Amino acid sequence: MAIFIDETTRIIVQGFTGKIGSFHAQDMINYGSNVVGGITPGKGGQTHLGLPVFNTVKEAISLVGAEASIIFVPPAFAADSIMEAADAGIKYCVAITDGIPTQDMMTVKNFLRRFPEEERMLLTGPNCAGTISPGRAMLGIMPGHIYRPGNVGIVGRSGTLGYEAADQMKRLGIGISTSVGIGGDPINGSSHRDILEKFEQDTETKVILMIGEIGGPQEVEAGLFAKEHMSKPVVAYIAGLTAPEGRRMGHAGAIISSAGEGAAEKVAMLRELGVVICPTPAAMGATVASVLARI
Amino acid sequence: MDIHEYQAKDILSGYGVKIAEGGLAYSPEDAVQRAREIGGHVWAVKAQIHSGARGKAGGIKICKTHDEVEAAADYLLGKRLVTHQTGPAGKVCSRLYIEAGTDIAQELYFCFLVDRGSERIVMVGSAQGGMEIEELAVNNPEAITKIYIEPAVGLRDYQAREMAFALGLDAEILSHAVKTIKGCYQALRALDVNMLEINPLVVTKSGELMALDAKMGFDDNALFRQQKISELRDKTQEDPREMAAADRGLSYVGLDGDIGCMINGAGLAMATMDMIKLAGGEPANFLDVGGGASAERTEKAFRLVLADKGVKAMLVNIFAGINRCDWIAEGVVQAVRKIDMKVPLIVRLSGTNVEEGRRIIAESGLPIITAETLAEAAEKAVQARNEVVASEAAQEI
Repeated sequence: MAIFIDETTRIIVQGFTGKIGSFHAQDMINYGSNVVGGITPGKGGQTHLGLPVFNTVKEAISLVGAEASIIFVPPAFAADSIMEAADAGIKYCVAITDGIPTQDMMTVKNFLRRFPEEERMLLTGPNCAGTISPGRAMLGIMPGHIYRPGNVGIVGRSGTLGYEAADQMKRLGIGISTSVGIGGDPINGSSHRDILEKFEQDTETKVILMIGEIGGPQEVEAGLFAKEHMSKPVVAYIAGLTAPEGRRMGHAGAIISSAGEGAAEKVAMLRELGVVICPTPAAMGATVASVLARI
Repeated sequence: MDIHEYQAKDILSGYGVKIAEGGLAYSPEDAVQRAREIGGHVWAVKAQIHSGARGKAGGIKICKTHDEVEAAADYLLGKRLVTHQTGPAGKVCSRLYIEAGTDIAQELYFCFLVDRGSERIVMVGSAQGGMEIEELAVNNPEAITKIYIEPAVGLRDYQAREMAFALGLDAEILSHAVKTIKGCYQALRALDVNMLEINPLVVTKSGELMALDAKMGFDDNALFRQQKISELRDKTQEDPREMAAADRGLSYVGLDGDIGCMINGAGLAMATMDMIKLAGGEPANFLDVGGGASAERTEKAFRLVLADKGVKAMLVNIFAGINRCDWIAEGVVQAVRKIDMKVPLIVRLSGTNVEEGRRIIAESGLPIITAETLAEAAEKAVQARNEVVASEAAQEI
């Protein structure tokens, strides 16, 4: 099953003809993703990478039946592109763009909430590596070859730390149903909790690895959700044990600004909620393996 | 990005927030001149550093004569002030704000911030001002009022009134309170402010509502559209290494340990630092070289890490995705050849073209310690660091 995307999902690229958009669009096509075109306002009617370019997302939906989109639009215009996708009727959107202003994301989230839930576009990111259902489709910028198909779901804020986890699992022969990057920004499209809910509903996913970090309340909220609403085991690693208070560690959202936002505090709360904690970041694969062996 | 109190007050007064009369001084003479211009018999001489809790750190002096103003200014200028927000290194005061003394009847706490849980702006107030809100939240949470603002409609008058009443303000100053609160909100929305704190907001004995202090933090991601705000940046308040890193497009945070780090990706960087700590070491820095990690960038990153003279060993951990390990390895080899490295270097590569990358490192003939896994890399780094420390100790004897 996987979540969000598979080999049939019709994908468009927003910011298609730019350097970064082109590079990753080609990479996704090579992986086997069903990319059906892209958007660059003003270049509609042209062909790029052998695929049609559209002026608007609405056009792409009516002409090629686009269902999912990926956004490579620069930060100043990215919020607008996300809202265009939502308004046009895209079902799932990944925003790769790093550096979107927080207030723009507040506007985006508020805009999305205006749609009835069944019509609301699902957004993951921004500032993320994207989503991959190994062996089926990649909607992101990750190295596809490090993911092996299987039944562990991954949700995480970071790109390369997610790669590290996938790589550790691959070495142990463990595969992944879908890996979802929710991004390192303080306000993001979907939370850890939102993704756990999707994995709980997915028949293929047996165990979920949540890779969190310092800052914000999302990991603990996800832990509460897991305790109250999930039958599947959740394994977690929280990065940032050595991060001092009040300092931003790379990601816009990776900052301890109030009580409960540090790694040790989050770990303590998650453990209390029944989440299995990875003792070290080098043991993400082994911890998942031990949980898989028990079910 | 943070700004100084005097800058925040200048901005807020433009949005209808009342502030005491004041002026900026760079020398004791300036300070006395400002006091003369302001007039009156009491002045506050306030150190301008990017931190709250300046009062506790001795950064605010109340003076009753021009001589006292001069002495206070002389004492504060160039002084390094340490608060819990500055960290142990503290921040040097190079500007003073001289302000007319205020007769305080009531001290209140007031702030706006982006609440990550609700994904909205939240307005926070308490009738118990002057204290730090963190302390209040622990000791007396009922004394704090929080009001969440719906972004599409913005702050409504009734919400400002609710806050004014929660702050215990008199009905006579209600309309001014509403104007003050709404002014702050407008500034926050117009200028991409992440955090705006007025602590204390005071009612004077003559019944005026006034911002006695003001702190504003701006969204770095929005500075591209806030040209005027960007110009308020005071580089003397920022860590010079972090500034140098930012100028080179690298994300760096200096820490107290002695194992230097260069990693791609913020999450992997934090995880690698955690692994160092779990292996018994302490990281000297956080450094995300980003996805690109070209040879040029790698060299810059090396120089930055090694500029910290406390570094006893350096760990490079790169997970090549779109990047390739062979390119990274070439960059590392080039950097090591160019820079005269005095400390052991541990390199762990994984991802795309990893065998090729390892071969390049092995064949370089350079004394680079390699590791296959994250755990092995951290253990080797800690071991190398311990050997350096031991041999230094042996030399001293």
